[in-house]
Amino acid sequence: MIARLIEGVPRRTLAMLAALLIALIAAPLVSGDYLLTVMILILYFAYIGQAWNIMMGFAGQLSLGHALYVGLGAYTAAALYVHYGIGPWIGLLVAVPIAALAGAFIGFLAFRFRVAGVYFAILTIAFAEFARVGFDHLAWTSGSSGLFLPVAQYTHNDLWLLRGHPVMFYYVILAATALAFIICRALLQSRVGYFWLAIREDEEAARSAGIDTFHYKMVAVVISAGMTSFAGVFYAFFYNNLFPEQVFHISRSIEIILGPIVGGIGTLFGPILGALLLTGLAETLTAALAALGVDLPGAKQVFYGICLLLVIVALPDGVWPWLARKLGVRERKS
Amino acid sequence: MPAEVYLNVAVGGVLAGLVYGLMALGLSVIFGVVRVVNFAHGEMMTIAMYLAVVLFSAFHLDPLLMLVPISAVLFVFGYALQAGVINRFITRPEHSQFLLLVAIAIIMVNVLLIIFGPDAQNVQTSYSYDSFQIGALIVDATKLYAGCAAIVVAAALFAFFRYTTLGTAIRACADNYTGALVVGLDVHRLYALTFGLGAACVGAAGVMLVLIVDVTPALGPAYTLLAFVIVITGGLGSMPGALLGGVLIGFTEAMAGLLFTPSAKSMFAFAILVLVLLFRPQGIMGKRAA
Repeated sequence: MIARLIEGVPRRTLAMLAALLIALIAAPLVSGDYLLTVMILILYFAYIGQAWNIMMGFAGQLSLGHALYVGLGAYTAAALYVHYGIGPWIGLLVAVPIAALAGAFIGFLAFRFRVAGVYFAILTIAFAEFARVGFDHLAWTSGSSGLFLPVAQYTHNDLWLLRGHPVMFYYVILAATALAFIICRALLQSRVGYFWLAIREDEEAARSAGIDTFHYKMVAVVISAGMTSFAGVFYAFFYNNLFPEQVFHISRSIEIILGPIVGGIGTLFGPILGALLLTGLAETLTAALAALGVDLPGAKQVFYGICLLLVIVALPDGVWPWLARKLGVRERKS
Repeated sequence: MPAEVYLNVAVGGVLAGLVYGLMALGLSVIFGVVRVVNFAHGEMMTIAMYLAVVLFSAFHLDPLLMLVPISAVLFVFGYALQAGVINRFITRPEHSQFLLLVAIAIIMVNVLLIIFGPDAQNVQTSYSYDSFQIGALIVDATKLYAGCAAIVVAAALFAFFRYTTLGTAIRACADNYTGALVVGLDVHRLYALTFGLGAACVGAAGVMLVLIVDVTPALGPAYTLLAFVIVITGGLGSMPGALLGGVLIGFTEAMAGLLFTPSAKSMFAFAILVLVLLFRPQGIMGKRAA
């Protein structure tokens, strides 16, 4: 299994990966609370980016509504915990099927009716918005006034109930991100992965080559949605509060996909690098503006937008393909 | 509730829907020709709305009189945007175009936020609270003016595309990109022109909308979404479809606000969108492309 995963990967890449993983595992020993929170955020976006990338980067289906799956995961686990005291890991067992089912429903409707491209993207926005307004009026999750989890005391870490110090959350999301990376690598090397790439490149050609495109697009959306819902569970237990206006909002969906696009769509490192660059950029801008004494709401976002603009104009394929060439660890074009 | 209430709300919804339709018309024209989805559409509209607010508060210029000048400003803005940046992206994949326009939208929203702050602003004209009474029907003057102006602007745009050489040339680009290049059309310039026209449309819509709703910088993304819903409902790329979609969504939102709760009204707009996408993905008036 492991031998197959690393088959054909250059030594240099493996060495760098190992170094990166060790650095990430050791990081909490030297980083303060602030840096730790930033790194949790980076890994969180790297994880969701990886999950989203399965749909867009591998199978070529542009989803602009992934906030739906985050939200469903977050609300399912949080509501089970608040109402019945059911822990997040059991909650996850409920949340993943719910999100996967939602993904399957959207995928079934869209792919049956040959809704594709921009139309598919807007259909996914529509479902996320639908959920946002729906949850605003759902009394069971306290509607628009928000669902709150009892705030944890940092006296001891309870991994089973996900209550405790940020360091614990850091290792949870690090493990999830590493697992997502491995899953994506395994998927790309599997039969399904090759079918996805064929569908992404030319769906008609894939169909005429005998690939059941409907079936494999469904597989992509179900896996992607299920994986994304874990990020929601994590979000709920890390932040302890949920508002439909925040969780399901279109700007959340956009946030999710900026990382992989900036990093490099369809690559395994793209989502991680993109999350690092964008979160790093946002935090640097905050710090820089604070140091300069600029206190203008919006100033940070203007710079952020300009940086996005420059990246997409200069590097159409994203940062990772370019960086990989520089480092001499070019990922096989996938 | 008496029947007149329903009638009044319905007519108000249809008139507001005409303005929505004009906004969506801009998006539809841009997509129909340039094949780029303008994710900064609502943000461009808020720029026009703020221009109207500033001109009114500084010089007491009536927004309806400023319709043409503000649209002209937006035209130049749209032309420059397409000629300067977006033209380089027309052959790039959709997600690349998407990121470009999202970046532009982020910049627009936050520049407006820096200049005007987060508070809602509006225009109080002398006729803000006027209304016309026709039998049992009471119509707000602002909505009536705005709806009529939307029809006039839309008609002018139809005429331009139908009867002028330039309009014909633009339609040729939309029909067949390679063919247009072969017969020697300057496609990039025509694209810039189209984006300018789309921006002028949404600018005109913004000027009228400022009579009906308060403007905040955060309004942009919400209206971008609304424009998508309308355009897909009516048929992406279809001009009459955009207007019809606007009226349908305006009517639905008004009725949903009356019959259920105003906060749930956008759910009904999205429900219509989902139904249309599933059973008639090309939209009500759209022609199915291959």
